[in-house]
Amino acid sequence: MTRLSGGLIDRNRSLNFTFDGKSYTGHAGDTLASALLANDVRLMGRGFKYHRPRGVFTAGSEEPNALVELRAGNRQEPNTRATVAELFEGLDARSQNHVGSLGFDLLAVNDLMSPFFAAGFYYKTFMWPKAFWEKLYEPMIRRAAGLGSLSMQADPDSYDAGFLHCDLLVIGGGAAGLAAALTAARTGARVILADEDFRLGGRLLAESAPLDRPAAEWIAEVEAEFASLPNLRVMRRTTVWGAFDHGIYGAVERVSDHLPTPGKRVRQSLWRITAKRAILAAGATERHIPFANNDRPGVMMAGAMRAYANRWAVSPAKRVAIFTNNDDGHRTAADLAAKGVEIAAVVDSRPDAPARGSYRTIAGGMVTDSKGRLGLAKVEVTQNGRAEWIDCGALGVSGGWNPNLHIASHHRGRPVWNEAAQAFLAEDGNVAGLSIAGAAAGKGSTAQALASGAQAAVAALADIGISAHLPDLPRAEDEALNLKPLWHVPGKGRAWVDFQNDVTVKDVKLAYVENLRPVEHLKRWTTLGMATDQGKTSNVTAIAVMAELTGQSINQTGTTIFRPPYTPVSMSVLGGGDTGAHFRPRRLTPTHEWAKSQGAVFVEVGQWMRAQYFPRKGETEWRQTVDREVLATRAGVGICDVTTLGKVDVQGADAGEFLDRVYANAMKSLKVGMVRYGLMLREDGFAWDDGTCARLAEDQYVVTTTTANAGTIYKHMEFCRQCLWPELDVQLISTTDAWAQMSVAGPHARKLLERVVDGFDISNEGFPFMACANLTVCGGLRARLFRISFSGELAYEIAVPARYGNALMARMLQVGADLGATPYGTETLGVLRIEKGHAAGNELNGQTTAQMLGMGKMVSTKKDSIGAVLSRREGMVADRRVLVGFQPVNAADPVMAGAHLFAEGAAQDTANDQGWITSACYSPHVGSAIGLGYLVNGDSRKGEVVVAANPLQGQSVRVRVVSAHFVDPEGGRVRD
Amino acid sequence: MLIPHPLLGLRDSEEFSYLGDATLLERPDGMAADAPQRFYEYQHLRDNPAGVHRELWFHEQGDRSWLVVTRNTVTHEILGAELARDVKLAMAKGGAA
Repeated sequence: MTRLSGGLIDRNRSLNFTFDGKSYTGHAGDTLASALLANDVRLMGRGFKYHRPRGVFTAGSEEPNALVELRAGNRQEPNTRATVAELFEGLDARSQNHVGSLGFDLLAVNDLMSPFFAAGFYYKTFMWPKAFWEKLYEPMIRRAAGLGSLSMQADPDSYDAGFLHCDLLVIGGGAAGLAAALTAARTGARVILADEDFRLGGRLLAESAPLDRPAAEWIAEVEAEFASLPNLRVMRRTTVWGAFDHGIYGAVERVSDHLPTPGKRVRQSLWRITAKRAILAAGATERHIPFANNDRPGVMMAGAMRAYANRWAVSPAKRVAIFTNNDDGHRTAADLAAKGVEIAAVVDSRPDAPARGSYRTIAGGMVTDSKGRLGLAKVEVTQNGRAEWIDCGALGVSGGWNPNLHIASHHRGRPVWNEAAQAFLAEDGNVAGLSIAGAAAGKGSTAQALASGAQAAVAALADIGISAHLPDLPRAEDEALNLKPLWHVPGKGRAWVDFQNDVTVKDVKLAYVENLRPVEHLKRWTTLGMATDQGKTSNVTAIAVMAELTGQSINQTGTTIFRPPYTPVSMSVLGGGDTGAHFRPRRLTPTHEWAKSQGAVFVEVGQWMRAQYFPRKGETEWRQTVDREVLATRAGVGICDVTTLGKVDVQGADAGEFLDRVYANAMKSLKVGMVRYGLMLREDGFAWDDGTCARLAEDQYVVTTTTANAGTIYKHMEFCRQCLWPELDVQLISTTDAWAQMSVAGPHARKLLERVVDGFDISNEGFPFMACANLTVCGGLRARLFRISFSGELAYEIAVPARYGNALMARMLQVGADLGATPYGTETLGVLRIEKGHAAGNELNGQTTAQMLGMGKMVSTKKDSIGAVLSRREGMVADRRVLVGFQPVNAADPVMAGAHLFAEGAAQDTANDQGWITSACYSPHVGSAIGLGYLVNGDSRKGEVVVAANPLQGQSVRVRVVSAHFVDPEGGRVRD
Repeated sequence: MLIPHPLLGLRDSEEFSYLGDATLLERPDGMAADAPQRFYEYQHLRDNPAGVHRELWFHEQGDRSWLVVTRNTVTHEILGAELARDVKLAMAKGGAA
């Protein structure tokens, strides 16, 4: 172990962990990256394209290199940044993206092939032969250039989603954020402070003496006051990852990522924070200066090197060098020297760089190359044309700081280059209600950060009428950077700009030469900034290099567009726990408990769970059950829960007029106590939905919709009522869930119902086909009875308040036992309606018309109704496909729904297509498979043989065109 | 997004479903002589402005009001929301749409 003195780790608590199977020890307070460095592990991964050895580059969420697979089994998580992975006992991490060991990666041969992987190589190299792309190139590239791997198992942990509201949201808990939260929370305003780190303080934790007193002491005092303020919510381990409309921010709280397993807690929570005002105090990200072979493990950001030394008491090497273009690099040298690390040299590109310590300063020098097989061994420094090799195990690079203005730019406000700050800055209000403070606003010294945070809070609260006062803040360092821009070191070797996607200065130059110069083109041609780090350590540098090549200013060159998320967000937490059974609500029918007790097999129909069929003892296959249910219904009586059909109660003096306008056929003329079939069109003229319309009173109708369209049709009817004809006296309410409705079908249906209704006359004369009535059943239970048939049999639908569904079903089967009463499910429902030739969802698929359904004449020309005008369009009327039935010529052949229809001997292609089979089933009534479908001029082709072809499966069946009504085509049974 | 419901105050847009251009309120008369042409335009021709747009939202997970929401499609700023039935009734009276 190589630990320095001091730091914010708990040396009394040791934590064991493994990396690539080898055991190590760290301390509480460590990240995986700091613990690995403390164990002298510098090599942590391999580059994306060239598989060159890579080590940790930063100390924060911007990390491009040190990506690992964390945890094992079904919790395995690829591409986790070691710099933000909090160490816990038993942590298990593996390096990724290599074949063979991390130390000897077989794919490192890619490095020798680097000319083939230049900018745009995807578009240039692997174009031909075409067939090779799918079979060879793509798998090869994916194998070679992949990052971590998925477990391919379901995530075992729970996630949650929630809403929070506040007056002020403070994003970032560094100097500026702490000052802002303190100022705001003291007023009693509702404040949320969110920080991605597990410890508040931000850069205050990474500096040796930012305040005139120990920073940790001041932070502890602030945290103690925070704890006493109930109006303040401090959210550690919480990343605000996007600014959305109207003051809504997305945040992810990593509730138990720092634990071996979450136990009873959720793993992460997705928060939607609605804030009246927000302050972005997200700090800044350091930028590097590309030089030849700058990607060796040991080369890192100087500010990160300082953070590792001050916060985690670790140095990446015993002897380090610094390469800087500003004063900040010297701070790193001073801090490390104070902790006993040997400073080989500070290479400062400014010719007038002052000597600031007892270390060697090379003014006007640049690092021009590096050496070391699996980690840095020496750097080449060139000063005034003279090159010299300097031994060092690590190099800190300091090229200035880029404000973290991402969140402030999520609404497309373009950051503007500020010459004095040598940085892109965003403006307050680019996201409405959001202001920026501290280093994120280019106010990077600790004193500026504290002051601007407090001032931003006062201003934001004043905006919403809350008066706040500036707090007493500690004295703090206020040093300038004195930066002299140096965007890259000129030279021939490969100098990396974007480490995670392996983009070099050469690639940027190639994009320039190939005329892909605008930043958005540069990005896509080179893949710059498109990796999981989104170019946090590379974009600005590349923009500056492109500006240098084009001669435009950096401001003219501009940035690409910033989009959420700020850092990667897991799919699991975006789901917010809405997985498996929680993916959507599950609706149970009012006879569900009864059906379950009968051993029904259930099927998901949209959100509904419906009984599919009711197997009996000895039935080994679903077809046996369904055939029995169908035959029992046609011979005796069958009962089926049809509650899921949408029901809309339509009331008011103008209810009839309203329905006349909504349905294609007439409804106003319907007599009280009668039911009529209704067809609805879309306004574009296509058939949309069908159902029944029952007139229970002069001013009350109850209409039904298909199960699938229940919500949509109700919404459409409300649109018609409110947006088209608000002058009509009509009210709507959806009653789908209020009534349990059952179909009672078969020759004994009336006999059964007579045993249930309370003395009402339901004889054929007293209650004819298409009659409806309010009545009572079972001794006083209010009910509705409709004499309608979907099966072609004598049939009724009976509705009772939903809570009586189970009881009524049980009662009807009990009193109908001697009549052969049989429950049936959706399969039998389907067979019965196909045998009768009734259209359903398969026939009303949005591409068919009333005319195709054989209902063209139903579309009234005497009145205006939705869709009527456009249904008469030339092209619609000219469509001669009509719904007919089909039976296989060879009775043993199947009929396949979806098969297309062709004349015998015709080529099976689009030009010869004559229609398609919409629905098919085995009909126990007919004794063979049957189908419904649309066929050109089908109504005049009865008896003709056509071919039903399914070329995808090589199926071709000869079928005879027949009537769509396989059962009782005259319709005598329903009227019996 | 938050939508200022005229009866219920600021509501999250997740409670609503979106339909589109509020010109859908101006359904032509299907019995008029020029109905085919007018319906063709009503059904298929829409402006798609980068800027202020009047559009229909349905408070599906709420009170089931249809609203006419005036929204800037570029900034998503919401400039107002009215009950669609009020808008339509005013149009029928010859008031401003």
